[in-house]
Amino acid sequence: MLLLNCPYCNLSCEETEFLAGGQAHIKRQSIDSSDQEFESYLFARKNPKGVHIERWQHLYGCGKWFHVARSTVTLEIFGSYSAQTLSPPKKIRANINKKLPEWHWENSK
Amino acid sequence: MKRYSSFAIVREAFRNHSGWKRAWASPIPKKKYDVVIVGAGGHGLATAYYLGKNHGITNVAVLEKGWLGGGNTGRNTTIIRSNYLQDPSAAIYEKSRSLYEHLSQDLNYNLMFSPRGVMMLAQTEHEVRGYKRTAMANALQGVPTEYISPEKVKDLCPIINLSGPRYPVLGALWQARGGTARHDAVAWGYARKCSEMGMHILQQKEVTSIISKNGKIGGVGTNSGDILCDKLCIVVAGHSGALAEMGGFRLPLESVALQALVSEPIKPVMDVVVMANTVHGYMSQSDKGEMVIGGGADGYNNYTQRGSFQHIEETVRSLIETFPMVSRLKMLRQWGGIVDMTGDRSPIISKTPLENCFINCGWGTGGFKAIPGSGWATAEMIANGEAGPLASPFSLNRFKEGRFIDESVAAGVAH
Ligand SMILES: Cc1cc2nc3c(=O)[nH]c(=O)nc-3n(C[C@H](O)[C@H](O)[C@H](O)COP(=O)(O)OP(=O)(O)OC[C@H]3O[C@@H](n4cnc5c(N)ncnc54)[C@H](O)[C@@H]3O)c2cc1C
Ligand SMILES: [Zn+2]
Repeated sequence: MLLLNCPYCNLSCEETEFLAGGQAHIKRQSIDSSDQEFESYLFARKNPKGVHIERWQHLYGCGKWFHVARSTVTLEIFGSYSAQTLSPPKKIRANINKKLPEWHWENSK
Repeated sequence: MKRYSSFAIVREAFRNHSGWKRAWASPIPKKKYDVVIVGAGGHGLATAYYLGKNHGITNVAVLEKGWLGGGNTGRNTTIIRSNYLQDPSAAIYEKSRSLYEHLSQDLNYNLMFSPRGVMMLAQTEHEVRGYKRTAMANALQGVPTEYISPEKVKDLCPIINLSGPRYPVLGALWQARGGTARHDAVAWGYARKCSEMGMHILQQKEVTSIISKNGKIGGVGTNSGDILCDKLCIVVAGHSGALAEMGGFRLPLESVALQALVSEPIKPVMDVVVMANTVHGYMSQSDKGEMVIGGGADGYNNYTQRGSFQHIEETVRSLIETFPMVSRLKMLRQWGGIVDMTGDRSPIISKTPLENCFINCGWGTGGFKAIPGSGWATAEMIANGEAGPLASPFSLNRFKEGRFIDESVAAGVAH
């Protein structure tokens, strides 16, 4: 059972209160995007064996979406943060790098 | 390789079973092969087998990071059926199911294929309509299935509780020639025949990089040296994302954990497979007497081969509603596998952005039933360089073209 922290409620709750929403920070495409861009926006996923930056919804709580950095190999959680961001904040990156110095957001986008 | 037969058993009985040979060899790897297949699960091994059998290509290596059949092929609940909705699915799943009918003889290996019948319960009005539609689609596709009444359901499976309370059984989609088979034996049977044809099955050989030049495949790097090849096929199920990253491309896939569990062995109580998709649970009884139970997949990306505890609870809770007797059973084991889910719940059998690099993945929660047909179609694609009629609808291009093969209803519960 994962324990996730909702940054809005500032509460640590069990996984069953949340809904997983898949890869975070995917750039939305617009009407003039190419088929290729639309395909990767809609379907191509990083699916990493390692750090996954992902969306979660506090479904049975405040109902808000937020972001989580989590390892898909160890299930370790490196922290959660507001969905109103375009990339993981410094604090989260530092947390990840403490365990995984090789990891860079730019390479993992 | 010696044939397995009743005569062989008698012969061996007279010499303390000292004459049985290893089922497959552990050869010294060559530097280069015509075809290298990554992943010795059912799909990888079946692909190798049909490359040899149908296309005469035997200079083939199958590389496996663990032990053969140790991935989802050895972890699944072995339901075999072909009552899908869309024509391309019906074609490949029915090809597969019909190959299973004679596969034990073909491989000279007892796969314990048991076409005992698969029943998918309709427990809401939507499901009634959905399954009636599937039964009609199947009639057009030439796949014998039938929509049956609650009385027939009870007749076929007396331990079912028809009356709810939440979800009474309103009918079912019945495929009489669906069933189960012994999962390990499928991997072992193919491996034995591949080895007999001179192919190399190399276990504990993990692929760690993909070697390419000017967009063309050259080989793979492994934990013990490079292996070169003319053609590469990636068949690693839940690990496809990792291999795609090595090849420099992305896939429309996400890997999640799917679990199953078995009970203590009991006397025979059901001789069909029952799936209850609304409440998310399914059950069959193994030849050893264990009740084999599966449910839904986890919602988040995961590579740990475990699953979330609450899913076991959910699965068992819903099964108790449909099969009250389950509440008295002790569960023996629980395990998980990493399944590769596509958006339309259909597989991918395709070329990749790298020339001469092919991929077979995306079988998600339901690819055991597809092993023979998928291997057949994938071998055809590798041999000819182009997908044949069975595989071509499942190309990666369908995501760009919006040509989905939507099986989210037929795939229903994870099985
Ligand atoms: C709990 C559960 C229940 C299921 N129930 C059913 C069912 O009832 N009916 C049904 O039809 N399907 C079912 N499935 C789905 C089915 O098991 C899979 O679709 C099918 O087995 C996939 O076979 P495969 O050969 O593609 O993959 P796998 O059997 O997983 O084989 C892939 C192999 O690749 C290897 N590999 C990975 N990475 C590397 C690497 N870097 N280098 C070398 N080798 C590598 C792995 O070790 C593995 O052995 C179930 C799955 C699970 C987990
Ligand atoms: Zn909240």
